[in-house]
Amino acid sequence: MTDFIDIGSINEIPLRGARLVRTHRGDIAIFRTATGNVYALDEYLPGKAGPLSNGIQHDEKVTDPMYNWVFDLATGEAQGADEGKVETYDIKCEDDRILISATAVSQSVAAE
Amino acid sequence: MTQKLIIIGAGMAAGRALEHLFEAAPDAYDVTLFNAEPRGTYNRIMLSPVLSGDKSFDEIVTHTAEWYEENGVTTRFGEKVAKIDRIAQTVTSDIGEVLSYDKLIIATGSNPFIIPLPGHDLDGVIAYRDLEDTNAMISLGEVPNAKAVVIGGGLLGLEAAAGLALRGVGVTVVHIMGHLMERQLDEAAGYLLRKALLDKGITVKCSANSKEILGENGKVKALLLDDGTELPCDLLVMAVGIRPSIVLAAEAGLATGRGIHVDDQMVTSDPNILSLGECVEHNGDVFGLVAPIYDQAKVLAKTLVGVDAAFVNKEVATKLKVTGCDLFSAGDFAEADGREDIVYRDPARGVYKRLVIEDNRIVGAVMYGDTADGNWFFGLIKDKEDISEMRDTLIFGPAFQGGSPLDPMAAVAALPDDTEICGCNGISKAQIVAAINDGAHSLDDVKAISKAGSSCGSCLGLVGDLLGVTLGDDFKMPEKEVVCKCTDLSHDDVRKLIVAKELKSIPQAMQELDWKTTCGCHVCRPALNYYMVAAWPGEYEDDGKSRFINERVHANIQKDGTYSVVPRMLGGITTPDELRAIADAADKFDVPTVKVTGGQRIDLLGVKKEDLPAIWYDLGKAGMMSGQAYAKGLRTVKTCVGSEHCRFGTQDSTGLGIKIEEAMWGAWSPHKFKLAVSGCPRNCAEATCKDLGIICVDSGYQILVGGAAGLDLRETDLLVQVATEEEAIEVSCAFYQLYREGAQYLHRPYKWIAKVGLDWVKEQVVDDLENRKALAERFHYSQKFYQIDPWAERAKQGKDAHEFAPIADFTKVAAE
Repeated sequence: MTDFIDIGSINEIPLRGARLVRTHRGDIAIFRTATGNVYALDEYLPGKAGPLSNGIQHDEKVTDPMYNWVFDLATGEAQGADEGKVETYDIKCEDDRILISATAVSQSVAAE
Repeated sequence: MTQKLIIIGAGMAAGRALEHLFEAAPDAYDVTLFNAEPRGTYNRIMLSPVLSGDKSFDEIVTHTAEWYEENGVTTRFGEKVAKIDRIAQTVTSDIGEVLSYDKLIIATGSNPFIIPLPGHDLDGVIAYRDLEDTNAMISLGEVPNAKAVVIGGGLLGLEAAAGLALRGVGVTVVHIMGHLMERQLDEAAGYLLRKALLDKGITVKCSANSKEILGENGKVKALLLDDGTELPCDLLVMAVGIRPSIVLAAEAGLATGRGIHVDDQMVTSDPNILSLGECVEHNGDVFGLVAPIYDQAKVLAKTLVGVDAAFVNKEVATKLKVTGCDLFSAGDFAEADGREDIVYRDPARGVYKRLVIEDNRIVGAVMYGDTADGNWFFGLIKDKEDISEMRDTLIFGPAFQGGSPLDPMAAVAALPDDTEICGCNGISKAQIVAAINDGAHSLDDVKAISKAGSSCGSCLGLVGDLLGVTLGDDFKMPEKEVVCKCTDLSHDDVRKLIVAKELKSIPQAMQELDWKTTCGCHVCRPALNYYMVAAWPGEYEDDGKSRFINERVHANIQKDGTYSVVPRMLGGITTPDELRAIADAADKFDVPTVKVTGGQRIDLLGVKKEDLPAIWYDLGKAGMMSGQAYAKGLRTVKTCVGSEHCRFGTQDSTGLGIKIEEAMWGAWSPHKFKLAVSGCPRNCAEATCKDLGIICVDSGYQILVGGAAGLDLRETDLLVQVATEEEAIEVSCAFYQLYREGAQYLHRPYKWIAKVGLDWVKEQVVDDLENRKALAERFHYSQKFYQIDPWAERAKQGKDAHEFAPIADFTKVAAE
């Protein structure tokens, strides 16, 4: 069973906004879409795209600010002609709190 | 032997459970029913019709005093249970009476959530939960000129607002989110709902944070928002949600989480205590809808009489209705991987329909304005029916299977006859349609007969649509370049329709202009946002989320994710104090690169995002503001030293450059806008490749426009020569405004001029002096709202703080 860690209140991310979670393994972007869904993805696809939290959101997708790649927030897959995938992490909301999978933010790389 | 059953709470769950119990085994239990409210079970969902006056309270009572008597229920209404003793198997009432039980049912339901704002305990602050709340609202309607504020733009809050408005109360709804009922509706339907409520005279404030409830003599007087707005009210209704009522159970030591834990048989962690309704938690779920709760009631009754039964929380579709609004929402309409949308909009009738499809099945539906087919879709959702066969015509509903495809020109067809289509020549839709009916069957014919489209030509797309609408298949539409895949309209069409139809928000524009996607894309959102900014200064609320990151955080993103910071230096002039402050900031924030830009200012490259507000604060203290080096807007005015220092200088080019930059800084435009002022034709400021350049000569000022020195290299053309500085500034502002109002997003002036023609631009800002003045006035009016230093807002007032700091930092936590 996945352990979850509280990272903050849902009200700290505006609709169609994004915030970062800093971890020892790199930054994770937390997105909150217009429909209120919350997603967690790696901020960068190394050498290709990112920082994704700076992109423009539309539907359940985000457009990378650097090279206009479009990523599906649920799967992390690049859309259209571009090929690539950013890691996604388990995330959920309970009442007003946002909870992220503990392995996503744990210090140890070996936990994977 | 008859056992003793005590029930705490006589809500809808308990009422239904009793019915099932008496059906199965009328004499198995001796029942005592406690209720905190001084009455028995009524249909709480029907309080809204009671508030609006459609029903009386008696009509919504489901269990009368006679019913309880016939079924031998001992009622203790208006009495609370203070304590449960599980070992002794007794409950203690609030007046200290002790009753023993064999089985106990906790049906305490939920409590309205009251935001602990200062003043929440004032007289006149109520929830919307029971008959007392309803009666308080009804009696407010009898007070002349009464005012109420409702906090919460969800279903309950809007029901309260609609009911109060029907009773003649002036109502303001305050909602923290960006659109109403965000859990059930998407942005587009939320927009239409808001519009309908406004028509009913209800004021709606979205994205509004409540700060404090103000009172006078212990009674509510007004609600204060955190932007300083005060909303006077005689009654404040808080309808922001409910929380399972679990205190009694938790104090008795039962297992609880968000609700009271129950198993599939509705038994709590104590085998003699059962629970159901809004107070329980089953497999992690809590409940607010009546359908699953009625299922629980069935199971609970069976468990009581020893029959095997298990509660399964079925994924039921839900539908809802707000008093007087034609609104329907069912199932799950959140977007997710593998889901597709079918969207239908009819701007003329204010209709919006959206179906969410997954694996050839409808999983969700949102409708507004025409919900006649709601139940049909609801059935398809519930039955998980395969819709692949009728997918093309599905959205038209059961009556239209095999109907015709959507009309991309609906938005144009819906325009009122007197809408001005051609702004240059003042030609209305009716005049163009008349010309077409008189035999003008091509764009050129319409131009010749009505003059529409014969000047700048930016309305030709709409004229083409009118030809199509009027002539039908006889007219072949010319290919036009659409904004993006979300619409069939061109940039020119969209700009004109935003003004003609007075569209003042992005969701409104998407609805009224028949957008094909629910909320656009990264191409159309920034364009729409700019068109709103340009068309409605002072009215439109800029949507940062529709801006590219540079304009959202007011700095230029670099390839490593750091940012560059360029303070404004009017006319390229700086001072030792400014330079010292820049140097100090560069030291303090470890800026790796300091570069002099081509626009005569200084660029600090490599600043970390979270340092931006702090570095801006330091620069601001030295009197500097944002140079907007990231903006599709006014960038720089480059100058030479002019007659002040140069032996060739004919005029004070530096001084003129500063005056123009003072007038223009802060303005947004379709693309970046760069200027230069040279003091003589030697042109040291390189004015002849700028969007607008001025070359000073002995007899005055040559104003040059449409240069480029980027992907395209293009020399400016002479717009006009004027005699005075004042005229030079007025012409510059008028030209900039004409470009701001007319060009398509991301077109530099040279592209726009190539489309509309330099002669037309000259007519507008050179020949027609009245028009020149009007353009300049509109520019100055707009500047009143946009000449606000965005750095100061963020560095000193904390605007958009969420953009600059991480929500959580686990690298620091571990290091401590």
